[in-house]
Amino acid sequence: MAIMRYAEALNAALREAMTADPSVFLFGEDVADYGGVFKVSRGLREAFGDRVRDTPISEQTLAAMAVSASMTGLRPVLEIMYADFMPLTLDALVNQASVYGYVWGDEITLPFVIRTQGGGGLGTGAQHAKSLDSFVAHIPGLKVVAPVTPADAKGLLLAAIQDPHPVIVLEHKRLYNTRAEVPDDQGPVPLGRARVARDGSDVSLIATSRMVVEAEAAADRLAESGISAEVLDLRTLRPLDVEAIVRSVAKTRHAVVINEDWGFCGYAAELSATIMEHAFDDLDAPVERVATRDMPIPFAESLETAVIPDADVITAAALRALA
Amino acid sequence: MTPKPALPHNSPSIDEHLEMHRRMVVTRELERQLGALHKAGVTRGPIHRCDGQEAVGVGATGALEDRDCVTTTHRGHAVYIGKGLAPRRILAEILGRETGYNGGRAGHMLIGSPVHGMMGGNAIVGASIPAATGMALSAQVLGEDRIALATFGDGAAQTGICHESMNIAALWKLPVVFLLEHNEYGLTAHASTQSSVADLYIRAAGHGMPGEQIDGNDVVAVFQAVARAAARARRGDGPSLIEARTYRMEGFSTSDVGGYQSDEDLARWRARDPITLSRAVLVEALGEDRVMDVERAAAETVAAAAEAAQADPPPHFVPHAPSDPRAFATEGR
Repeated sequence: MAIMRYAEALNAALREAMTADPSVFLFGEDVADYGGVFKVSRGLREAFGDRVRDTPISEQTLAAMAVSASMTGLRPVLEIMYADFMPLTLDALVNQASVYGYVWGDEITLPFVIRTQGGGGLGTGAQHAKSLDSFVAHIPGLKVVAPVTPADAKGLLLAAIQDPHPVIVLEHKRLYNTRAEVPDDQGPVPLGRARVARDGSDVSLIATSRMVVEAEAAADRLAESGISAEVLDLRTLRPLDVEAIVRSVAKTRHAVVINEDWGFCGYAAELSATIMEHAFDDLDAPVERVATRDMPIPFAESLETAVIPDADVITAAALRALA
Repeated sequence: MTPKPALPHNSPSIDEHLEMHRRMVVTRELERQLGALHKAGVTRGPIHRCDGQEAVGVGATGALEDRDCVTTTHRGHAVYIGKGLAPRRILAEILGRETGYNGGRAGHMLIGSPVHGMMGGNAIVGASIPAATGMALSAQVLGEDRIALATFGDGAAQTGICHESMNIAALWKLPVVFLLEHNEYGLTAHASTQSSVADLYIRAAGHGMPGEQIDGNDVVAVFQAVARAAARARRGDGPSLIEARTYRMEGFSTSDVGGYQSDEDLARWRARDPITLSRAVLVEALGEDRVMDVERAAAETVAAAAEAAQADPPPHFVPHAPSDPRAFATEGR
């Protein structure tokens, strides 16, 4: 068991996957010589040579190349530096990968991965702080994961690379330097399985990505008032672990759904609808939704914190659900 | 046009030329059948015919190996035929039948047959370009002896992904051929309203790769140019841009009411019909009887295919497990 940073765990997954399978290919802006702007691919160029490439700033084409290269035997892992740049890749995802994965049936597989990172809180401004989870989780044929712990960062990325379908890995800029134990033999974490981050009995805080960290902080505060909050880390946004959600809500009878993307038409709305469809009879109160305010992310710290939810907002939502 | 001297090893044999001629006739007959079926109300949705442009798709694929990957546009019937796909199964797909190449899921614009290296019609204008570039990347990284060829139009040449792909392909010396099928129109808009330059092959210089303009209605010229570019790609010397000049004789699609193409242009290009040009050369070399026999057989093949495909059953709906947004909801995810 080693203590690893989240970024190091991702690096370990890439190194392991590239060692095991010569068809794994890593490309993206600044990923080779510099090792990635978040240092996730540090040392890989030296280890794997031309299988790790710096690219021009051409996200639209790079994503389309990942799709078609994966149709013809490669396992490309593309880094898109910020989730805010993901809209440039959407044609490749929604009109290429999604479409050909269906219309050509079993004649092809699409084993590519796009890694990106989103989220605010570091003063990066309106074009570098968004979480556009809903954009990708909306697309049939894609899988979407959002690891929170270093162990899951390694395990989910390994599973993503091995999967025969496209997987989008949503990392978070405020998680890269977090540290935790990663088992030495940490293997792939199955896609589509949530994780109970904290057991509880009064209210379910169902969260994604770094909002799990805020939900855990909220659970600490609620515990001070004698409220037992369960924190469910979804880990995979698509396909969604509906059973884990239903199991938790059946136990606590109160639900707060939390996602750092915008609220309107956003991922949290899907979670709320899922609970309505599958666990309505278990609820003692309406589902509370926590998401980023529906507006661009402002720069100044006092403004940014007013827009992106945190433990205070989640605590207040839980208390409303329990009122 | 820039006339290029034909290099002997890049020229098709007379038998290869006759086979390309046959495939052009198959394609033309296919388009005519589709036109008639559309008028009869048998088809669904728009169909984009390539009448008059057959030499580009057929000549290009004639110069490739079976294992080479080709991507094409929403107007790709000549490429499907050139890559060796069977008219019966193409027509069945276009008519939405279970026996179609893609079980009726794709329709005429998205037909793919990976075993033939036919890696897709693509109805997002420009998308065939990065698609072929990515297939060339996989060949390079995996060390496989195959190349990729993208066909795309003068409209697609104006997209950002066209320039991005050409830059990356030239930067990494990817084994890809960019075949620009210039038919003068993007839907109803003439190329002169879409491009700052009339000759598009000159853009190759800006990406540090060879570019040439050829007569896209001369199937032998297309074969020769693609054979040169393919040989360069196979050597590891990187991509090439070929601008094949041709003309779209029919409307953008079967829903196009027309009226924007001049009679003079249509008459001028009709006189340069690729099948007429090819036939003249072949009749000279092989005699009229042999060429006419081949054309008759080609027409009969397509007529029989159309009749058989119409009698084929429609597909039954089956849910698509990998598209399912919920885990555990279906087997076999």
